[in-house]
Amino acid sequence: MHASYVIRRLLQIIPTFLAVMLVVFLLVRLLPGDPASAILGDRATAEIVERTNRELGLDRPLPIQFGVFVRNLLQGDLGDSISLKIPVLRLIGERLPTTLFLTAYAAVLGVLMAVPLAVLAAVRRNTWVDAVIRAVFQVGLSLPVFYVALQLLSLLGARLGWFPIGGYGEGFGGHLYHLFLPALTLGLNLAAILVRTLRNSIIEVLTAEYVDFARAKGLRSRVIMTRHVLRNALIATVTLLGLNIGALIGGAVITETVFAIPGVGRLMVDAIFGRDYPVIQGLTLTFALIVSLVFLITDLIHARLDPRAELS
Amino acid sequence: MTTMHSPALEVAARPRRRWPKPTLLIGLALLLLLLVAALFPRALAPFSPTDFDYEALLKGPSAKHPFGTDNFGRDVLSRVIYATRVDLQIAVFTTLFPFIFGTLLGALTGYLGRWSDALVGRVADLVVVFPFLVLVIAIVAVLGPGLTNMYIAVSAVGWVSYWRLTRGEVMNQKKAEYAQAGRVLGYSPSRILLRHLLPNAVTPAIVYLMTDMSLGILLGASLGYLGLGAQPPTAEWGVMVADGKNFMATAWWISTFPGLALTLAGVTFSLIGDGLADALRPRT
Repeated sequence: MHASYVIRRLLQIIPTFLAVMLVVFLLVRLLPGDPASAILGDRATAEIVERTNRELGLDRPLPIQFGVFVRNLLQGDLGDSISLKIPVLRLIGERLPTTLFLTAYAAVLGVLMAVPLAVLAAVRRNTWVDAVIRAVFQVGLSLPVFYVALQLLSLLGARLGWFPIGGYGEGFGGHLYHLFLPALTLGLNLAAILVRTLRNSIIEVLTAEYVDFARAKGLRSRVIMTRHVLRNALIATVTLLGLNIGALIGGAVITETVFAIPGVGRLMVDAIFGRDYPVIQGLTLTFALIVSLVFLITDLIHARLDPRAELS
Repeated sequence: MTTMHSPALEVAARPRRRWPKPTLLIGLALLLLLLVAALFPRALAPFSPTDFDYEALLKGPSAKHPFGTDNFGRDVLSRVIYATRVDLQIAVFTTLFPFIFGTLLGALTGYLGRWSDALVGRVADLVVVFPFLVLVIAIVAVLGPGLTNMYIAVSAVGWVSYWRLTRGEVMNQKKAEYAQAGRVLGYSPSRILLRHLLPNAVTPAIVYLMTDMSLGILLGASLGYLGLGAQPPTAEWGVMVADGKNFMATAWWISTFPGLALTLAGVTFSLIGDGLADALRPRT
């Protein structure tokens, strides 16, 4: 992999991120009426509204406000949470690891479910095995995340008592145990997204001429499976995981809300109901940054694994 | 190489009549069921969706109330039936505006190319950097909860897929002979684009529209569940699941049946989407 490619891709993130900042900046300024009244609620007097506007710098022209916004951001200042009265950056720093743990856990569970089943469906394509796997995941794709979460929570959590019904737990083992049901919820959703595309891409490999050639050459089928089929399945999985990072984050927002997990997803929903605009801004920026980094990493891994991938 | 496939032989093979796959037929049958429920809820529902019955609070499924009653004594079956109209409306409106906007924009920039295409491409790149749900709920947070604002938010984000699909297709069709013939005949660019290119280029977007309706109905219900979509006491499947969430241990039926209805609707649209993709795929 060329270092210049990595640097070029990193540099490309900068204009994207400036544009992201502009969108997030304008989002809050789109508020009907002025932000200060929205933040303070209906009971605030005109005087307090005016003072808040001045304190927040909202009485200045928009381009200047944006300049200040970007300058503060570059200094790591995302403002203070209105409801919790602590810096937004610190708040996100405290909550983000939980969400990262949850999404990584979900990705692992999702891949562990999707890859073997996709390989099985592809090898046994157009048989009843394939039909059952595809039908199950077709329904799985239409199962809303909040619904699966609620059912797992009530059945395996509350009724059978196998798993805790919320929280994050202590230590790595505690996290694994506490987050199992939420990660399973998200992982099932991810597996449903992955299985179909993976199955098709594996079939493509299985029927490709070079695999025919490998067979004709007398290569054992186990070698063909590992060297060609699984390698390609791996490439496809990495790409699909990267492309679906947005869906995974969206799912985390809902799952954390249902399971009362103290991550950034739940923080987002709480901030929305608390009209905590600095937090909403900070989180939207954070999510966009994560997605663009994951897109970048996906491209790099893809370039590494697939010799055909063009580095342009 | 003696086993080579000759393209000429494949073309010459007797064209087989293509019957619609069962996926499409099952999908359309389920859609019919949903449409009947949405159009004639009064005829199907045994009770009113909003009438309280304090004599029958949290009653389990029975002959009188097949899906049980909720904490206000409302009949869950009737609410599930009445919600069909709201949720189908969500499926249509969360996809129709992005479809129209994205398709027209895709046709235009695919045809014009150059700076217009580059500009819209940059905006599209920007939109996809935000997780879909996060951007939608952030916009709804700013505009305020409710269905109308949800449609605005989804439209602002959802057009990108349609733009991509149509743009690519128009770029291909533009080079086709019939488009060049139109130019030779002196047709105006708008006539070539709207009457000739767009009808031929819109197929992938229409196929995607069905799959997208499945996603749209789930998104709408998710927002309803979070309290950002349809507002109680409206009967909407996502809102109903949320209504029952505190009674899961004692009255599972309040959340379970609307969730099943929602899943059924999602499956319906995804089956139709798959079936259409299969039926409209160019024959080779």
